[in-house]
Amino acid sequence: MWEALRKHTVAIPVPRLEGRRSSFLSQAMAVAAKDLRAELRTKEVASGTFVFALLVLVIFNFAFDLRAGDNRTLAGPGILWVSITLGAMMGLSHVFGKEREQGSIEGLLLCPVDRSAIYVGKFAAALVLTAAVELAILPLFALFTDLSVLLPPLLLTVVLGTIGFVAVGTLFSAMAVHARTRELMLPLLVLPVAIPIIVAAIEGTRVGFEGKPWADMLPWLTILTAFDAVFLVLCPWLFQYVMEEMGS
Amino acid sequence: MKGLLPTTLEPLGRGHRLLGAAALALILAALVAVFVQAPTEKHLGDVQRIFYFHVACAWTAFLSFFLVFVSSLAYLRTRRAAWDMLAVSAAEIGVVFTSIALLTGSIWAKHAWGTWWEWEPRLTTTLLLWLIYVAYLMLRSAIPEASRRATFSAVFGIVGFVDVPIVFMSIRWWRSIHPAVVSGRGMDLDVAMYPAFFLSLVAFSLVFVSLLTLRTALERSRQQLEEMKRRAIFDLGGEVSHG
Repeated sequence: MWEALRKHTVAIPVPRLEGRRSSFLSQAMAVAAKDLRAELRTKEVASGTFVFALLVLVIFNFAFDLRAGDNRTLAGPGILWVSITLGAMMGLSHVFGKEREQGSIEGLLLCPVDRSAIYVGKFAAALVLTAAVELAILPLFALFTDLSVLLPPLLLTVVLGTIGFVAVGTLFSAMAVHARTRELMLPLLVLPVAIPIIVAAIEGTRVGFEGKPWADMLPWLTILTAFDAVFLVLCPWLFQYVMEEMGS
Repeated sequence: MKGLLPTTLEPLGRGHRLLGAAALALILAALVAVFVQAPTEKHLGDVQRIFYFHVACAWTAFLSFFLVFVSSLAYLRTRRAAWDMLAVSAAEIGVVFTSIALLTGSIWAKHAWGTWWEWEPRLTTTLLLWLIYVAYLMLRSAIPEASRRATFSAVFGIVGFVDVPIVFMSIRWWRSIHPAVVSGRGMDLDVAMYPAFFLSLVAFSLVFVSLLTLRTALERSRQQLEEMKRRAIFDLGGEVSHG
């Protein structure tokens, strides 16, 4: 019987993977496309994240009157980034949440794909989702504060800051779904590690709002780039170990 | 996960008692040096004496977090439970010493800067370090399965440690007023203060090693007990279903 089973197993056609480099990318893209397709059908996470980030903006408006005097440029950058990071974190908790709830992690684990490719796919999908929420929040922030958000330093900060935050968040999201206190664990893990991102993004945004020269942006761009570079290398590597412990 | 169930429980040997005694003797010697031998600082007076234990605690804390990083890497490489036990022990001791460093630093700051807290780079980085390793311990307590707990906390231990220089850099550019004891020009410390300073460093390092061996032994027993319980329940379950 075993012999028959073995023969049968061997007989299953194995999909031929073309050149390793292209297959890694296409594997990652397949994972990302799957996540985005699922999200497009319900739009649950994106809409929830957006409304949450909007609520944070509105609540801060009561804490600091955003129309009065210097408050806009003084508190504005901080408020914008608290809104973005807290909102993004709400979304990140769902990167692996759905897989866990529906037991599809095993399916993902059984896929004959590179495990870093799964990370890259998950990361890409989360990045697109977070960027979409930011695209919706930024105009509203401009509306509430009467500040222009179409500033190159600000937009560069948003892009670099989001990449680093989502990179770390995707890795920790995979770990947090297995913790007993799931929703509580993700912010506890992400926020202290993401402090450089938050500091540099707030200060970089302030440079943009105050219309200072590009030279003032340099330290903040350095921090953001360093953070992104370090964690874009480290996270896919560490994810392989996390993945081994993810089944059921 | 390898090496979780050895056949016997080893009690702590004479070596550990000797280590504890040496640590105690050195702490007493350091106390004498700090309060009797070291000269009184010109501007700050006796309050400055807290500096010796403050720096020693901070040093021990950094040492333990570095150890968490090294043993986390080693755990991922080898999957030996011993590395995980070392990592959690070092993390816990590190959090305790960071707390002491923050408290003593706060007392010093009240006298020297006139405020209990200042958002300057080293203070802020130390506080964030404390938060990162408190999160590390919370992550551990939230994951019941031994091998998953070991892997996840190793991953977090590596990310957290790699993050520290970036955190420090970001906060240093953000603001700075802390006195630099070890600067580029060498030590900014009177020669007469050297014995108290270095004796405290060595004494606290020994206390650290002594605590670490104790805590690692405790963690070993705890994980072994956990594993035995798991197996006992498994065996019981088997018997019930058969009979």
